[in-house]
Amino acid sequence: MASGKEIRTQIKSIKNTQKITRAMEMVAASKMRKAQDRMSASRPYAQKMRNVIHHLAQAHPEYKHPYLLDREPKRIGYIVISSDRGLCGGLNNNLFRDLLKDIGQWQSQGASIALCTIGQKATVFFRNLGSVKAQATHLGDAPALTDLIGTIKVMLDAYDAGELDRLYLVYNEFVNTMTQKPVIEQLLPIPHEDYDAELKHHWDYIYEPDAKAVVDGLMMRFIESLVYQGVVENIACEMAARMVAMKSASDNAGSLIDELQLAYNKARQAAITQELSEIVAGAAAV
Amino acid sequence: MAMTMHLDIVSAEQAIFSGTVEVVIAPAQMGEVGIHPRHTQLLTPLKPGEVRFVREGSQEEESIYVSGGILEVQPHVVTVLSDTAVRARDLDEAAALEAKKAAEEALQEQLSEEEVAAAQAKLAQALAQLRAIQNLRKKKIAR
Repeated sequence: MASGKEIRTQIKSIKNTQKITRAMEMVAASKMRKAQDRMSASRPYAQKMRNVIHHLAQAHPEYKHPYLLDREPKRIGYIVISSDRGLCGGLNNNLFRDLLKDIGQWQSQGASIALCTIGQKATVFFRNLGSVKAQATHLGDAPALTDLIGTIKVMLDAYDAGELDRLYLVYNEFVNTMTQKPVIEQLLPIPHEDYDAELKHHWDYIYEPDAKAVVDGLMMRFIESLVYQGVVENIACEMAARMVAMKSASDNAGSLIDELQLAYNKARQAAITQELSEIVAGAAAV
Repeated sequence: MAMTMHLDIVSAEQAIFSGTVEVVIAPAQMGEVGIHPRHTQLLTPLKPGEVRFVREGSQEEESIYVSGGILEVQPHVVTVLSDTAVRARDLDEAAALEAKKAAEEALQEQLSEEEVAAAQAKLAQALAQLRAIQNLRKKKIAR
């Protein structure tokens, strides 16, 4: 059995760890609230954008954008969003596992893969897989759309040039504090299951200066807003996951300390008892 | 009573304005446009500038600065999708190049890591060989 002093130093070091995990838990909780606010703040834009795209699909444009047309999926692109830092439970690993499964399925069908990673963890994880076309890391807790434009443009350019036939967005969806769901969402071509709306009458927008320029600009912004939404949502997920992970770490440290405290008390009592019996035995011998 | 329409001004990072207005004046790319209710459907990019509007029942004009974006007009709904960043083709291009470079650099790093791993493997091999030779020598001396 470990001596009293050893147990005491052990307890002390666990207490220090517990202090750190508790602080991280509280930091994550406050950051999560802010991330959630940001998430809801960016939602109206994506919603309005979706409305406009919806209108556009209902109209009869003189110009059909390539993002709306299906191609045979031979080359698949993924935009993977992960966190920059670890200590957030299985958040990133669950996402990567789902993605690898998906990649495996496409590869078994003979499709080739191209990746674009956002966040340090994804960059490191997929480095060995190769075919990473672009990346963005260290976006911080409050990412700006500006930081993402370049990364997204690389993928859109590849799609325009015919180097990609499909583009997916991979991120964690924020369900609630306890649950984050890995999602693989199709970005391009823009899925049109909700386009089969009734054609009321023939109408079209007036495009100024011309349809192509306007629709191009619109599509680019639409994709960017979806990716931005994904990034913001992933940050909220990261904070929630970290909060939960740190809470369980603090709890585990607490129960460990309780156990060690018990062991320590027993060891001390045993030492006292032994000392006493030695004294008594010594006195009896005299 | 004057006719009104709904105006929404949103950017990717936040919702800026939402309300009922009588008229909207926006800096479209081809020149400033004034929109009254029941305007026909219109879709046009915006230049950086002021979006001005008059609220329902108010005489005063209010204005919000947007750094470009897209204007969508439906007969009773006007939506301004504002950009948060100053957009220009060259700037976008530069950002794209930067992202590509970052990916390439990460790959370079990987190469060096691979080299390290290879070197470590060779080192381990050499050490094992050395140990084997030493063992052989010891045995010889013992004999």
